[in-house]
Amino acid sequence: MKMKKSALIGFAIAAALGASAVQAADQYIGLPSYRVGPYAAGGTGIFGGMIDYFQLVNERDGGVNGVKLTWDECETEYNNARGVECYERMKKGGPTGNTVFHPLSTGITYSVIDKATADKIPVISLGYGRTDASDGRVFPYVFPLLTNYWSQNTAKIKFIGSKEGGMDKLKGKKIVNIYHDSAYGKETIPVLDAQAKMYGFTVKHVPVAHPGNEQQSQWLQVRQEKPDWVILRGWGVMNPTALKAAAKIGFPREKIVGVWWSGAEEDTIPAGAAAKGYISAGFNVAGTNYPVIKDIQKFVVAKGKTNMEDKSRIGSVYYNRGVVHGIITVEAIRKAQEKYGKGKSITGEQMRWGIENLKIDNAMLKKLGAEGFMPELKMSCLDHEGSGKVKFQQWDGKQWKVITDWIDADQKLVRGMIEESAAKYAKEKGITPRDCSKES
Amino acid sequence: MQFFFEVLIGGLLSGVMYSLVALGFVLIYKASGVFNFAQGAMVFFAALTFVGITELGVPFGFALILAFGAMILLAIATERVVLRQLVNQPQITLFMATIGLTFFVEGLAQGMWGASVRGLEIPGIQDEPLEWMMEATGIGVSKFDLFAAGVSAILVVVLAIFFNKTRVGRALRAVADDHQAALAIGIPLQDIWRIVWAVAGLVALVAGVMWGARNGVQFALTFVALKALPVLIIGGFTSIPGAIVGGLIIGASEKLGEIYIPPFVQSTFGIETSLGGIEGWFPYVMALLFLLVRPEGLFGEKHIDRV
Repeated sequence: MKMKKSALIGFAIAAALGASAVQAADQYIGLPSYRVGPYAAGGTGIFGGMIDYFQLVNERDGGVNGVKLTWDECETEYNNARGVECYERMKKGGPTGNTVFHPLSTGITYSVIDKATADKIPVISLGYGRTDASDGRVFPYVFPLLTNYWSQNTAKIKFIGSKEGGMDKLKGKKIVNIYHDSAYGKETIPVLDAQAKMYGFTVKHVPVAHPGNEQQSQWLQVRQEKPDWVILRGWGVMNPTALKAAAKIGFPREKIVGVWWSGAEEDTIPAGAAAKGYISAGFNVAGTNYPVIKDIQKFVVAKGKTNMEDKSRIGSVYYNRGVVHGIITVEAIRKAQEKYGKGKSITGEQMRWGIENLKIDNAMLKKLGAEGFMPELKMSCLDHEGSGKVKFQQWDGKQWKVITDWIDADQKLVRGMIEESAAKYAKEKGITPRDCSKES
Repeated sequence: MQFFFEVLIGGLLSGVMYSLVALGFVLIYKASGVFNFAQGAMVFFAALTFVGITELGVPFGFALILAFGAMILLAIATERVVLRQLVNQPQITLFMATIGLTFFVEGLAQGMWGASVRGLEIPGIQDEPLEWMMEATGIGVSKFDLFAAGVSAILVVVLAIFFNKTRVGRALRAVADDHQAALAIGIPLQDIWRIVWAVAGLVALVAGVMWGARNGVQFALTFVALKALPVLIIGGFTSIPGAIVGGLIIGASEKLGEIYIPPFVQSTFGIETSLGGIEGWFPYVMALLFLLVRPEGLFGEKHIDRV
């Protein structure tokens, strides 16, 4: 009996050790995805691309320095309450807890900022979320990576300026800003107003009520205003509806410049011929002609391991954006392992260090098979954006064609506004900003 | 003045699109006294099924027939699984059942055809202004909107004849008045419910194709039902012509309101910030005003209880 008991204890210890040995080689990422509901097209594309990249790293490289990536999905339906529920459900997953949280929703990002900061789990809001979180002194665990809304807006004005023949030619021009009447839509109004004052153009802000499936009155106002350019800050059904309404009043689509949430195939294909000529910003490009996508096709898709139900979407704007999410996540894990131990699972706190010290230059992008696919990136304690660069693409009736190189944001203007806003937030919340000179 | 008329005409034609969705609500309410919360989901299901079938290479017309077939199957399944179990239950129970049905139908549609956004073109009908009218008056009236208005007019005439001049139509109205009394005089309640849900499915298909051609076939189609509610309150829940008139009132007033109210408020109260985007709630304010003055709507039946 005694022997039996000892054997059982021994077996239990061995099993526990064995389990932890297996778990130690895992790096868990909890994904709050949305595959049904109003924004499912974005959710399936972006999470599909991200998961395919994780799968590629596991299949081709055997993980990150031997540490296999594991993940769980939790359906949020783009709903804030569900997003928070998913965050809580997944935060203790894997051997070291959730490594990083990708809300893919500005609302969910706002909802989890305090929790994630307390739990020391980094939140990556790549191309969305709270713009002033770019100030890492006030928001140590939030990373609005690559480019925030204000940066892209200044790049957009630079693009319009270049089309007009120089920034000085913007004087006297008229721009209509058609925006989704929500916090997301309103986010760029202050920076546009500041730029209007700076360059001497006039800007009229025209809101569109959610969800934006009716825009006749807004576009009749555009017709009456006769602007030189229209900025489209839409989301979901608002985008194709806007393009069709523009066609109906005869406004040239090549004079409409959209944000990246208005610049996917899902925004143009439903608009049919009305979308031809339309321009949008983007921090990633579409297409399959990149080594990283070719590798995904070889190591993931060909083996029947792709997450994409509709394989024709591989290489689309949303899918490739998911791959960018994947690249940044994996490289930050790799960076963190350099400091905290190669081949070991890292914690959320260590991941934060990894993201904050991440540098992806062109040589590295080339190595990753993503040269020209996404901009270079250099993160720091102070700067949680890390790039601010934007490319512009034009819909030719069938696909997106890149029409510019990376255009820098007006960091002088944007950074000042970010620091001002972050300082205000810190005061409201009683946060003492970090001293970045003391961070190693 | 030309701009005013352009907004007005555009609004009236938009209103017709709302009426298309409202008609589905009216049909089911008229025949069963149930407010079908799932009508928006049915519009989405119908449009997605139609586009899914066309993607398989089926021609436009035949795909419409097959999609209608799918709506009939959905109607039969709804009657068998949901409605049959709830005969003689309070109206609120049936209403709650349709809320559950909404989520099921939305999930079923996406499960069957995927969540991707699709384009939809109606052959030969472009969403562009009539050139001759543009040249003569400077007012842009969309060919697509006129086509939608024509389709709505045909639907209204056909449904009005169906309800008022056919035996089935009279039976539908009898069932709406009293389930038990209708059963007692030999009206087959289950058949009637299947028919009316199938007809509402047809209306959902037409609305789905029209809205899908306008904005793309995507989940947001379910939201068009939200605009049908004020239309129903104004037109009356039991009136087919009421759905049309209600739609016209909502369409015209929300567009004129969106254009003229914000600048008026800004100039009157000296507000500098950008107002607007009132289209989302303005129709509900209109509906509330109508409820205060005429709760049964313009064409609704006045309900009088004997004490």
